[in-house]
Amino acid sequence: MDRRTPLYDLQKAMGAKFTSFGGWELPVSYTDIIKEHHHVRTKAGLFDVSHMGEILVTGKDAKDFINSLITNDITPVPDGKALYSPMCYENGTVVDDILIYKFSDIELLLIVNAGNIEKDEAWIRSRAFGDVRIENLSDRFVQLALQGPLAETVMKKLCGKDTELPKFFRFTEVELLGMKVLLSRTGYTGEDGFEIYLWLPNPCADPKKLWDGLLEAGKDEGICPSGLGARDTLRLEAALPLYGHELSDAITPMEVGLQRFVKLEKNSFIGKEALFTESRQLKRKLYGFEMLDRGIPRNGYEVLKDGKPLGYVTSGGIMPTLSQNGGLALLEDTGLSAGDLIQVIIRDRSCSAKIVPVPFYGKKYKK
Amino acid sequence: METRPNLYYSKEHEWVRAEGNLAYIGITDYAQNSLGSIVYAEVPKKGKVLSKDQVMGVVESVKAASDVYCPISGTVVEANEALADAPELMNESPYENHIAVLSIQNPGELKELMNQAEYEEFTKEE
Repeated sequence: MDRRTPLYDLQKAMGAKFTSFGGWELPVSYTDIIKEHHHVRTKAGLFDVSHMGEILVTGKDAKDFINSLITNDITPVPDGKALYSPMCYENGTVVDDILIYKFSDIELLLIVNAGNIEKDEAWIRSRAFGDVRIENLSDRFVQLALQGPLAETVMKKLCGKDTELPKFFRFTEVELLGMKVLLSRTGYTGEDGFEIYLWLPNPCADPKKLWDGLLEAGKDEGICPSGLGARDTLRLEAALPLYGHELSDAITPMEVGLQRFVKLEKNSFIGKEALFTESRQLKRKLYGFEMLDRGIPRNGYEVLKDGKPLGYVTSGGIMPTLSQNGGLALLEDTGLSAGDLIQVIIRDRSCSAKIVPVPFYGKKYKK
Repeated sequence: METRPNLYYSKEHEWVRAEGNLAYIGITDYAQNSLGSIVYAEVPKKGKVLSKDQVMGVVESVKAASDVYCPISGTVVEANEALADAPELMNESPYENHIAVLSIQNPGELKELMNQAEYEEFTKEE
């Protein structure tokens, strides 16, 4: 039985079409995926991402413990800032890719992927050392994402002109519609925007009021509710990785262009030796590609070069903003260049495509 | 969901309009609504011999590819190539934009399909 977020009834009443994702029944679209996609790129969209998981790590050794788990380095990150990092096994493949919100050296909140919550909690507990406490708070948060060029305008309206909004990848506590929320300048669309975390045990917490309030505040800006369908096309254009596609327990962050999030000079972390060895000789590489022949590439489709099997599509589909079809492919050739031709097998038909630089869509973060 | 009189309907949500011994075949309003925006369509080649229930084409939405099943046996006399460049026509006017025209091999197979009332009942239960 799939789980539902507290906003399910509201969303159903709005006419949302639902899909099953990571054990959750979530809106895939409210009107139309492509409409919602364009809307987020030109105005603002509101996503219910409450399926994501939250794991709190506290204690004297919290920071050092987290740093031992992740490939990125939390040491230079100031309080009030978030960090993106893969979290790896000893062999360098990925347990999950997460966000770490650093409240302080002794309090860090991990945001984990919906389908990995239990796995991640078990992994983190199994590797714990020193004075740390681990709490899975996933059931106690509602998380919304407000994304798009007008997201800031909408948020300013709700927060009042005296509240300073967090800058890129920073977070702060604000009051929205009488509720205290955690507000971060993060997202998964390639646009400027915010993620909003509502702590449900708070007596003032009212997820429906928050959802409706955001949509109401953004009416003049043309805000619209957006589902998972648009979330996927938006992140694909921005070439953002999706666990299970670009990352998994069979793929390392080095192979998929995430080297800048792997700090090999860091003291030690799980997977360091394997990733260091791999960095000297990568065997596979993730490339962006654009279709030349008609056809929509999708996850798992085989990729050939000059008739020779070379790998497969990790994510593919339509790219509405770019008016093209394309995707990402993990190939056993690290020497390909933009312009090189490959063939994607779509339903037994060999369709021509070319390697292109990523991201396909230039991110519009306000840094 | 809109349905039309004088059409036959399959369980896979295709419609058939019989004109003499020709059958115009497309997807229903219910089908296009379930799919959402259709972003790609593959129509059969002229001359292709199709049996009932055989895959005759593909329509793709943003999220997935869906096979189109041939509701009755026949030979393709014409395929709607316009859908290749404008697959969204099937969303806009599902009953005005056929996928292919077949010469009917066995008119008796039409009786195995649903009529408008039966199809409306069928879609209510889905």
